[in-house]
Amino acid sequence: MPQGLIGRKIGMTSVFGEDGKNIPCTVIEAGPCFVTQVKTAENDGYSAIQLAYDDKKEKHTSRPMLGHFKKANTTPKRKLVEFRDWEGLQLGDVVKVDIFNNDTWVDVVGITKGKGFQGVVKRHGFGGVGGQTHGQHNRQRHPGSMGASSFPSRVLPGKRLAGRTGGDSVKIINLRVLKVLPESNLLLVKGSIPGAKGSYIIIEK
Amino acid sequence: MDLIKIAEQAFVEKKEHPNFKSGDTIVVHYKIKEGNKERIQNFRGVVIQRKGTGTTETFTVRKISGGVGVERIFPLHSPFIEKIELQKEGRVRRARIYYLRNLTGKKARIKDKIRNIEVKEE
Repeated sequence: MPQGLIGRKIGMTSVFGEDGKNIPCTVIEAGPCFVTQVKTAENDGYSAIQLAYDDKKEKHTSRPMLGHFKKANTTPKRKLVEFRDWEGLQLGDVVKVDIFNNDTWVDVVGITKGKGFQGVVKRHGFGGVGGQTHGQHNRQRHPGSMGASSFPSRVLPGKRLAGRTGGDSVKIINLRVLKVLPESNLLLVKGSIPGAKGSYIIIEK
Repeated sequence: MDLIKIAEQAFVEKKEHPNFKSGDTIVVHYKIKEGNKERIQNFRGVVIQRKGTGTTETFTVRKISGGVGVERIFPLHSPFIEKIELQKEGRVRRARIYYLRNLTGKKARIKDKIRNIEVKEE
């Protein structure tokens, strides 16, 4: 995993670009993140940086985690994420949104909104039965055939069916950074990102 | 919500437009690009609604062109809007005057706002 930050989705708006076009964009609060652990190949088998974001109260933190944050000399944090192969940072360092530049591309990882138990049309993009006549009076959005008959006499594993939808981790790649606002820790990217407002996201460079 | 406003502020180019409301008659001077040439087109009509806040605010202008009603939605902060001219202030009783769509001819007129009434002394 390359360099990045932990952030929070604030919401969407639209701004006018230099050519006068109306650009849809998402506002992200990114960082400041604290380095709470530096993993090295000798010690841990791989090299990584652990970043922490979003304050929480000491009384909501377990004793072992309290010690972990104390080592890095920071207050307790809610969200911890590891970034692989990121050199040049030390325990207790602060990483801010200014590691990103205007007019570059970033990837954003988020957890999509949960949609509950959904049918195959919404969940897997099935077309439905496709007609309301020829005897199809109550099965417009049904999955259709489950498979062959007496052989194999069962439904094959992995058959796409209805079920819990959303709540998956999704990465959107190559979002253009419209603006970095370091004094307010904000990042504006073009387009939409997964998740609800206020949900945690990971921004990768 | 506040953080969104901060982000929007970073892009706002302040242009002073007159404070118009629905029911007013305005002329929008709109820049149009044709190939490499740029010219200004005027769109004169009645404001039907103003919608949204901040940089995403829009307004709808309705006019009758050749007997056909034409409505156009403009983003208020669009850089293509050269100028907005307020020609007439109308007196209407609601913020969105959609009922104008169903009216034609004399019924589609809007009364002028009465201002500076002089009180006659006897």
